[in-house]
Amino acid sequence: MIFWLAVGRGGFLVCEWLSRNCNISIILFRPSQWSHFKVQFPVTARRSDNTSDSSALGYNYRRHLSERFIEALLFLTAFVSVAITLAIVAMLVTESLSFFEHVSLWEFLTDTQWTPLFDNAHYGILPLVSGTVVSSAVALLVAIPMGSITAIYLSEFAPFTVREVAKPCLELLGGVPTVVYGYFALLFVTPLLQKIFPELPGFSLLSAGLVMGIMIIPYVSSMAEDAMRAVPMHLREGSYAMGATRFQTAVRVVMPGAFSGIAAAYILGISRAVGETMVVAIAAGMQPNLTWNPMEPAATITAYIVQVSLGDLPHGSIGYQTIFAAGLTLLLITLVFNIIGHLLRKRFREVY
Amino acid sequence: MSDARNLREIRAIIARHKLGDMIFLVTGLLVLMIAVLTFIALFSHMLIDGLPRLSWDFFTSFPSRRPGSAGILSAWVGTTLVMIVTAAAAVPLGIGAGIYLEEYAPKNILTEIIEINVTNLAGVPSIIYGLLALSLFVHQLGFGQSILSAGLALALLILPIVIVATREAIRAIPVTIREGAYALGATKWQTVSDHLLPYSAAGILTGIIIGLARAIGETAPIITIGALTFIAFLPPSPFKEEFPYISFEWLMAPFTVMPIQMFNWVSRPEEAFQVNAAAAGLVLVVMTLTMNALAIYLRYRMRKNLKW
Repeated sequence: MIFWLAVGRGGFLVCEWLSRNCNISIILFRPSQWSHFKVQFPVTARRSDNTSDSSALGYNYRRHLSERFIEALLFLTAFVSVAITLAIVAMLVTESLSFFEHVSLWEFLTDTQWTPLFDNAHYGILPLVSGTVVSSAVALLVAIPMGSITAIYLSEFAPFTVREVAKPCLELLGGVPTVVYGYFALLFVTPLLQKIFPELPGFSLLSAGLVMGIMIIPYVSSMAEDAMRAVPMHLREGSYAMGATRFQTAVRVVMPGAFSGIAAAYILGISRAVGETMVVAIAAGMQPNLTWNPMEPAATITAYIVQVSLGDLPHGSIGYQTIFAAGLTLLLITLVFNIIGHLLRKRFREVY
Repeated sequence: MSDARNLREIRAIIARHKLGDMIFLVTGLLVLMIAVLTFIALFSHMLIDGLPRLSWDFFTSFPSRRPGSAGILSAWVGTTLVMIVTAAAAVPLGIGAGIYLEEYAPKNILTEIIEINVTNLAGVPSIIYGLLALSLFVHQLGFGQSILSAGLALALLILPIVIVATREAIRAIPVTIREGAYALGATKWQTVSDHLLPYSAAGILTGIIIGLARAIGETAPIITIGALTFIAFLPPSPFKEEFPYISFEWLMAPFTVMPIQMFNWVSRPEEAFQVNAAAAGLVLVVMTLTMNALAIYLRYRMRKNLKW
C-alpha cells in the first residue's frame, strides 16, 4: 500500500508501508531541493566525511534533516486518527457487503423479525432499531431536562463553593464503568420500579433507559455548562440592567447565546445513548422484540453485538457478518446525529 | 391613586419573578441531589452486597463454578496487562499527534481532515472499536483473541482523549516560552522536547489518567473481540530465568478483565454470583474513581499554581 501525502510548505512525504512485515521507509524531500532526494537514510552514516570546511554546513544540514524526520514521524502519529476512521469504514463496509450478498437490503430494512441464529432465519433490523430508539428515548427524557437544569444551575445560580464541589462529583459520576451501571439497573432500579409497576418484567427497556439517562447527565451538563459560561458577562449584565431576574436571563439571554454549544451537548448525549452497550445488554434483556413500549424487554443493536460475541461464531459465517451489518447501522445512526449537530453548530454559532 | 396601584402591580410582578428564581434554585439543587443520590445509592448498594465478600482470597483465587471460592485473580492480572499495552500504544501516539496538531501542522486541508477525524472518533460508540479490533487485529493481522488485540482496541478508543489533553496542555503554554527557545537557536523539536513537553507534562498526565480510567471500565469492545469469560490460569510471566529475561508471550495469551468478569457474574441467575459481581464492581469502581480523583486533583493543583 502506498500513500502519497502532501506535507506542509510544499514538501512531500512518501510513505511506503508494507503492512505484512511492517517495513517502513520514509523519504523526505522538497521540490526546491530535488538534489537532496538522493540522500540516503540514515543520515548519521554520513558522519565520517566530516571535513573542516563543510562541517558547519553538514551540521546544519543534519539538523535540518533530523527535524524533518521528526516532523514526518509526528505527522504519522497524527495521521493514525485518519487511518482509524478509514479502517472502521472499510471494515464495516466490506463485511456488510458480504452480508448483503445473502440478504437483500429490502429485507434488512423491512422484515419485522431478527432471528439470524435460528434455523428459520429472518434478517430485519427493525426490532433492534426499535429497542435502541426506545431505550435512548427514555434515557434522553431523563438526561436532557436534568442535564440542562444542572447546567443552568451550575453556570448561573450556584455559589462558587457549590460549583467547586459539584463539578468534580459529576465528573466522577461520569467515570463509573458502564458495566457497574448495568449491575445497578438490573439489581437496584428494576426491583425498585417493580414496586411501583408490579407487572414490570425482570428485564425492561425502562430501567435500562433510566439508568442510562442518569449516566449521561454529566456529559450533557458539563458540556452545556461550558458553553453557557463562554457567553460573555456583559450580555448578562445588560439583561440584569433591564430588570430581568436570573432565571429570565438564563433562559432568554444565556441559553440562546450558547445554543450551538448546548445543541452539541444534546447531540453528544444522543450518540452516547444510542451507542451505550453494557447497561442495555445487562438490564434490557437480549431478546429482539419489535416494540415501542418501554415496559417490555428488548434487544438493542449494541446488545445484539454483545450477544453474538459471547457465543463463538466462526469467522466469515453469516452470523459473524450480521454484527458488522448491525454495527454499520449503528455508525450510520450516530453519523446522522453528528451531521445534524454540525449543521446546528454552524447555523447558530455566535461569535463574541 | 393609579400610581399607587401601578406600584403594587409592579411589586407583584417583581415578587412573582423572584419566586420563579427561587423555584428554579430549588429545582436545580434537587436535580443535582438526584444525580448525587443515585451515585450514593449505587455505591452503597454495592458496598452492602459486596464488602463482606472482599477478602485476600477473593483477589488470589481464580473464577470458579462455586461462587463461594471464586475470585478475580485472572481478571485483575488481565486488566493490568491490557492497560500496559493500551498505555504503550496510546501514550506515544496521542502525545505525538497532539504535538503535531498544535506545533507543526500547517493550515491546510489535510490538517483540517485530521482535526475533524479526532473530534469524530471521540463520538464513535465504543463497540464499533470492538468490531474494528475483531476484524483487523483478531482476524486480518492474526493477533487472535489476545491481550495485544484488547490493548490495541482500547488504545484506539482513548486516543482522542490523550490527543485533546495534550493539545490543551500545550496550547496553555505562552508563546513567549517558544520565542525564548527559538531566540537561543533551538530547533523546533528541541523547543518541544526541552520546554513544551516538560511544562505540559502535568496536563498530559491528567489526560492519560482519565483515558486509562475509561479504558479500565470499558467492557463492550473487549467482549466483541471475543475475550473468554472463564479463565482459570494466568498468562505466561513477562520475566524469564534465562537471557533475555523478558518475554512477550503474554501478549498473545487469552485473558479476561475485571469488567468482563463482573458482567459474567451479573448475568448468572444465582444470587451468590451476584454478590461476587458486587464485590468485583466495588473493586472496579474504587479503581476508576481513584484514577479520576487523581486526575481531578492534578488539574486542580495545576489551576491553583500556574507558573506563568
